Amino acid sequence: MGSEQQLEVIKSAKVLMVGAGGIGCELLKTLALSGFQDIHIIDMDTIEVSNLNRQFLFRQSHVGQSKAKVAREAVLRFRPNINITPYHANVKGPEFNVDFFKQFNVVLNGLDNLDARRHVNRLCLAADVPLVESGTTGFLGQVTVHVKGKTECYECQPKPTPKSYPVCTITSTPSKFVHCIVWAKDLLFAKLFGDKSQGNDLNVRSSDGASSSENAEDAFERRADEDVEQYGRRIYDHVFGYNIEMALGNEETWKNRNRPKPIYSCDVLPENLSYQNGTLEKDCPNGDSSLVSAMASLGLKNPQDIWSLLENTRIFLEALKLFFVKREKDIGNLIFDKDDQLAVEIVTAAANIRAASFGIPLHSLFEAKGIAGNIVHAVATTNAIIAGLIVIEAIKVLHGDTNRYRMTYCVEHPARKMLLMPVEPFEPNKACYVCSETPLTLEVNTSRSKLRDIVEKIVKNKLGMNLPLIMHGSALLYEVGDDLEEVEVANYEANLEKVLAELPSPVTGGTVLTVEDLQQEFTCSINIKHREEFDEEKEPDGMLLSGWTQPPTTEKDNDPTLANKESTSSAAQTAVVEVDEVEIVLPSVRVDIGGAKRKLSDISSAATSAATGVVDATHSSRKPEEIEDDDNDVVVMIDGGNLGANKKKRVQ
Amino acid sequence: MDNEELTEQETALYDRQIRVWGVDAQRRLSKSHILVSGMKGTVVEFCKNIVLAGVGSLTLMDDRMVTEDSLSANFLIPPVDDVFRGKSLAEVCCDALRDFNPMVQVSVQKGDLSSFDGDFYDKFSAVVVSCCSLATKRLINEKCRKRQKRIAFYTVDCRDSCGEIFVDLQNYTYAQKRLDETIECQLQYPSFEEAVAVRWSTLPRRLSKLYFAMRVIENFEEAEGRKAGETSIADLPRILKLKKELCEEQSLNESHIPDALLERLLIGTKEHPPVCAIIGGILGQEVIKAISGKGDPLKNFFFFDALDGKGIIEDIGSISTGN
Repeated sequence: MGSEQQLEVIKSAKVLMVGAGGIGCELLKTLALSGFQDIHIIDMDTIEVSNLNRQFLFRQSHVGQSKAKVAREAVLRFRPNINITPYHANVKGPEFNVDFFKQFNVVLNGLDNLDARRHVNRLCLAADVPLVESGTTGFLGQVTVHVKGKTECYECQPKPTPKSYPVCTITSTPSKFVHCIVWAKDLLFAKLFGDKSQGNDLNVRSSDGASSSENAEDAFERRADEDVEQYGRRIYDHVFGYNIEMALGNEETWKNRNRPKPIYSCDVLPENLSYQNGTLEKDCPNGDSSLVSAMASLGLKNPQDIWSLLENTRIFLEALKLFFVKREKDIGNLIFDKDDQLAVEIVTAAANIRAASFGIPLHSLFEAKGIAGNIVHAVATTNAIIAGLIVIEAIKVLHGDTNRYRMTYCVEHPARKMLLMPVEPFEPNKACYVCSETPLTLEVNTSRSKLRDIVEKIVKNKLGMNLPLIMHGSALLYEVGDDLEEVEVANYEANLEKVLAELPSPVTGGTVLTVEDLQQEFTCSINIKHREEFDEEKEPDGMLLSGWTQPPTTEKDNDPTLANKESTSSAAQTAVVEVDEVEIVLPSVRVDIGGAKRKLSDISSAATSAATGVVDATHSSRKPEEIEDDDNDVVVMIDGGNLGANKKKRVQ
Repeated sequence: MDNEELTEQETALYDRQIRVWGVDAQRRLSKSHILVSGMKGTVVEFCKNIVLAGVGSLTLMDDRMVTEDSLSANFLIPPVDDVFRGKSLAEVCCDALRDFNPMVQVSVQKGDLSSFDGDFYDKFSAVVVSCCSLATKRLINEKCRKRQKRIAFYTVDCRDSCGEIFVDLQNYTYAQKRLDETIECQLQYPSFEEAVAVRWSTLPRRLSKLYFAMRVIENFEEAEGRKAGETSIADLPRILKLKKELCEEQSLNESHIPDALLERLLIGTKEHPPVCAIIGGILGQEVIKAISGKGDPLKNFFFFDALDGKGIIEDIGSISTGN
């Protein structure tokens, strides 16, 4: 294995690593030890304390600095004579175009989100550079190899998209703690501290919108000279009391549901006790606003404790007060951030009070933070193993050793005695809209939807394009870029607001749109089909994209499994993976162990939502097959999910 | 469990992994003491993993001086003469590991592993030995087994792009989670001696070929009085001869130990860094499982070969073997 010839190939290779996080640190170290001498590394992130338990190239003193740069310095200490080029930048930036990618022999991904993965996949396809993709969560991990024309691309298999919830589940009928978290974070927190110009569904209740409070908007404004304590109680009573009373008025909603209980602050915390609530002067002596904490001022220490309703109430009121007293300048432009202690505190407390109202079990700050921040499980060991496997595949790629490429799954419970399970890669999916340019179909109401809806919901969200250009025949409908004339920009802006059928070059049923991303050098066609009505619950976008491999249907669509719970790793059938460095999709494989059928690692597979921290228990329609090879060993084959029922395709 | 809480500092640092294994496990980790012997690439990877995980203390043993060779798969040693001159491998590694996590006590124990009395081992929750002879493996394993408290014992070896882990948790009880239920599970591990004494002909036909190949080389070193890893391709003819003898003695078809595999293991005297990362990662995970009592521990051998990419568990020498 370690022949001279192999070492030469490694020494002369130029590799690009995308991501210097959990997998990235391990990968950079292993590449350097293995003899790689020209490594480029892109990462836009800076170092945080919670990285230090696994991103071993970083120390406490590096917190706040560029991951790519610090990682480089750390590795040069034990391999001073190699070249490492760091980029503290977003891989989606314009400088990383197809020409940039073309200079590399192989690209290695250690990313943490679907969006960037898809972007890199397209650039690798356009530049014809092999890609080794990876991901880990807890003790689970996977490495896959994507070589244009030889193996499937990253997007040949549908990727689970972030879970979203019907608006009324969040605003009116929560049944799980995660619904309360989404409400507290995306609605209440945004309403209180976020950009006031943004739309917000906080006051939307079931279907009786019209009958509810006429002055709902004003309710959140702090009146001139209003005492901050009084303001806090008024907000509290409005969202946990009054709004619930209002919702209760709609009998239809509660026919088959438990009726929530309105909660008013004076019932939980009598006015005269209010001033036992914390001492503002104690905390944050040096004015560092990131240290402001309601827990600290109330003397609550353990983030693992589940607070009582009284404690949640106190935290809520105290945190609200602290925002106004200590961080007034932030108000109006805050976005929830899991590393903002005070934000996590108020979201935890608000979610718990709402949960109490709806009879949903309360959760600790630690758990709530995990859900709200979509925090993924992460340990050093899995990242180290996955990084090792990436290097092994990268070396095969450099040798063009096509027949030996493998996707490898690192599992928690062994299947067929295997903890590390190699599987042969699949051929490219001929119906893949990314690498096979198969046209897509979009059902949309062309006399109601605007071009903006297509750009935002389909082209950016679903197709993952960064700098899109939309054409109808030879007519340009939309384009973005730095080099546009002002007139053009204004023109495109105007188009965005137009209904499809009323565009200069009208888009109606039967129209074929060409959508292109110049940076990704990726083009696809969309056949437009007019449709009048859409189901608000099931098709919240008001349109339906199809024509490529559909994401597999979720068995229980309304039963998302919470991420970030300790029990998940052993959860079984509808298990649950959620994702650290990535979203990860493990196959469900049946294997025959000593005659007993057993499900591989209890993992079916899963998906993570970048937005809500929720995992879908979908996605594992892959069926394995076993083939005996001449060595009496068994190779486990996993058939492509929707690729075509039982046809097994192997790379030759 | 006890009621001690993790400090704020610990909670912040270990946040992501507490989400994997829980607070109780983190507390048990912080009270555990690990001994490792033989500071080669795989063991260095292992040490990094458990220092990051936050064990209570880690004791390193390896009095060999640092040489060019020891730098090859080791990211703890800067190739700067004045950093490692006059220092043992354990000492240089110790300095670097301390830096990874200030909450873990990392220290060096000088001396020859096999010269310590049994009570030396009482300090440790787990002992990991590498780069040592068959006799030393047996001896240390027996010493650990004789102690009143249970001391988890591991051996780990890497050759070329192959690796092997052996695990002895003696009598081990843990909570196994399946679906929604938790079952108390008990495992009885054989000692190293018992495991390798199992007659080859009674082992399952599809047993990892690496198992036999590693035993042949181990026996060769033992018979020749060599130190662990002190073999080269020049030894191939005699090793092939020994393989033949062992196969006859144990009634095993020689095809179970391909000559090409033995050749690979002899040519590649240096560790392959990706394999070190993989084996060191698996071993780290296993030690964390054994200490925390969470997760199914592997029983009792693990093999990885980068050539086929499989990471396989084999259960050898258990009372139930052969059923």
